[in-house]
Amino acid sequence: MKLALGPILYYWPRHAVLDFYADVAAAPVDVVYLGETVCSRRHELRLPDWLEIATMLADAGKEAVLSTLPLVEAEADLRLVRKLAEHERFRIEANDMGAVRILGARGAGLPFVAGASLSVYSAQMLSLLANEGAMRWVSPPELSSATLADIVRAAPAGVETEVLAHGRLPLAYSARCFTARHHNLQKDACEYRCLGIADGLDLRTREGAPFLTINGTQTQSAGVYTLLAELPALAAAGVDVVRVSPQGDGTLDVLAAFRDAIDGRRTPEAAFASIAARLPGAPCNGFWHGRPGVEFVAA
Amino acid sequence: MCPAGGLPALKAAVDHGADCVYVGFRDETNARAFAGLNFDDASLSEGIAYAHRRGRKVLVALNTFPSTAGFARWTRAVDRAAALGIDAAICADAALLDYAARTHPELRLHLSVQASATNHEAIEWYRERFGVRRAVLPRVLSLAQVEHTIARTGVEIEVFGYGSLCVMVEGRCALSSYVTGESPNCQGVCSPAKAVRWEPHANGMRTRLNGFLIDAFEGDERPGYPTLCKGRFDVGGDTYYALEEPTSLNTLDMLPELMRIGVAAIKIEGRQRSPAYVAQVTRTWRAAIDACARAPAAFVADRRWHADLDALAEGQTQTLGAYSRPWR
Repeated sequence: MKLALGPILYYWPRHAVLDFYADVAAAPVDVVYLGETVCSRRHELRLPDWLEIATMLADAGKEAVLSTLPLVEAEADLRLVRKLAEHERFRIEANDMGAVRILGARGAGLPFVAGASLSVYSAQMLSLLANEGAMRWVSPPELSSATLADIVRAAPAGVETEVLAHGRLPLAYSARCFTARHHNLQKDACEYRCLGIADGLDLRTREGAPFLTINGTQTQSAGVYTLLAELPALAAAGVDVVRVSPQGDGTLDVLAAFRDAIDGRRTPEAAFASIAARLPGAPCNGFWHGRPGVEFVAA
Repeated sequence: MCPAGGLPALKAAVDHGADCVYVGFRDETNARAFAGLNFDDASLSEGIAYAHRRGRKVLVALNTFPSTAGFARWTRAVDRAAALGIDAAICADAALLDYAARTHPELRLHLSVQASATNHEAIEWYRERFGVRRAVLPRVLSLAQVEHTIARTGVEIEVFGYGSLCVMVEGRCALSSYVTGESPNCQGVCSPAKAVRWEPHANGMRTRLNGFLIDAFEGDERPGYPTLCKGRFDVGGDTYYALEEPTSLNTLDMLPELMRIGVAAIKIEGRQRSPAYVAQVTRTWRAAIDACARAPAAFVADRRWHADLDALAEGQTQTLGAYSRPWR
C-alpha cells in the first residue's frame, strides 16, 4: 500500500509552504499532490514554484502529481489547466471533465489520476475514465467501504484505487467565498483574508457544537476524517493508496504514523493513538461505515 | 423548462405556457426523490400524451449517480423513459450517458446541473463523447461567464432562472451526507425530512438536522426548513447566515441579457412544489419571455409579475444569485 500526501487545501504563506515541502522530501511518503485546488485567486506560489517543488520531490524519489482546480469557471483557470498539461514530466490529477478533455487532446501524455471531484460512484464510471487515460482514481469521500469494494472488484486491471484516509473532508465548493463573507468583503476584493489561517475557520452551531470548517470557497467538515485504525479493512477492500491531507501542524507525524502502520511496525490502533491528541478536530469515519460522515465508529 | 412533481403539476405547467416540463421517476434515479412525489410509468405516459397533444415536451431527470450494484436500476429507468416516448433525458453520470447514447441513439440527451460542468471544455467533452445536445449550468457562474461559455460550445445552454438557490456547486456537495448519511448525488435528497426535528421552545422554534441545531427562530420570525447550508451559525463569535441566506433566485430583470447572450432555455426549479405554485410561476415567466422576445430593448419586468412571484417566495428575499455578484 502506497502513502500519499494530498495538496495543501489552505492558504499558507509562501515560506511555510516551502519549509513544509523541504520536510516532505525527507518524509516516508510515496506520492505527493501539489498545486492550488481551492481558489484561483491564491497566488503565494505560482506554476514555476510548483514545478520547482515537484522537481525537488521527484529527485527525492517521490511521485509528484500536479492537481487541477475542481471548480474551473474562468478562461484563465482553463489556461492554467492547459499549462499544467504541457508539463509531461509530471502526472496530473484531473479534478473536472474540462481537465480530462484537455489531457485527452494532448495525445500521448502520462496517464492521469481521476480526482475525487470527478464523481466516480460505480465501476462502470471508472472503466469509462480508464478508457480516457486514468491510471488511478480517488474515491469521493462519501463512498462506504461496501460501495468502494464493489467498484474495486470490477475495476479495470491496473487501475489504482486511492482513498482519503486522514484530514478534514472537502464537502462542498462554491463560487462564493465564505471567508470573505465572514469579513464582510466581496470575493473579488477579499484582501486574501484566508492567508495564514492554517486549518481554516471553525463554524459552530449556535449551541457551540463544531459543525463545519470554512476554507475560502471550500466547505469542509469540522471533524477530521481518519481511517488509520481501519487500514486492514482498507487493504481488504483493495485500496492501493491512502491519502493524508495536510493539517496546520503535525502532518509529518501523521505520515510517520501511517507509514509505521502500513509497514507493520505499529498496530493501526497504536499508530492512531500516537496522533489522536493533535488532530485539529474530533475524529470521524462515518462515511466508511455507511453512516453519516460526522459519526465516529470505533474500530 | 418547468418542473412537475406529479401529473396535476405537469398539466398546470402545460396549461400555463411551459414549452417543456421536466419530471422524475418515483425512486432514487433523480435528485428530487421525495416521498409522495414523482411519476410511475402510467402517470408519465398520461403526462406525455397530455403535453404532446398540445405540442409541448416532457423530459425525464435521471440525474443521480448509480452505484455498481444498482447500475441496472438506472439503465432500466433510461429504457422505460425512452419506451414511453420522452423528448429528452437529463443525466449527470457519464457512464449512464454512455449507456443512453449507445442503447438509444435516437434519444436526445441533456447534461444535468448535477454533472458540475462549469466550463466549455467540460461541456464539449460530454458533447464529443455522448452527443449531449444541451447542458444545464451550475448556479455558480456570472452572466459574463455564461456568455463566454455559450460562445465556445456547440451545446445549447440552459440556466436556472427562478426558484431555490444552491450556493454550492451541484453534484459536488456532500454536506447533506456528512450530517444525515443521505445526499443529492446518491439518494436524490438534501437535508431529508426524516432527519429534521422542529423543536418548539419558550419564544419560538428550533430546527435540527440529525440533532445539529441549524437555526433558532424568535418571536414572529418565520421558521424556515433546515436546509443545512441555509442556517445561522457561529463563526468567530459572530452568528449569521455563514454560508447562504434563505433567499430564492429570481432573474426576471435579467431576461433581455439572458436572451441576448443566447441562453436556450430558462429552468424553473421546484419539482417539490404544488401545482398552484407551478401554474403561477409558469404563467408569469411565459408572459415575461413572450414580452421580452417581442421587444427586448423595451423590456421592463412588469410590477405585477414581481408581485406574483414575491407572493410565492414565502417571505424570502429574492436574489440574482451568481449571475450578478454583489456578495456583501
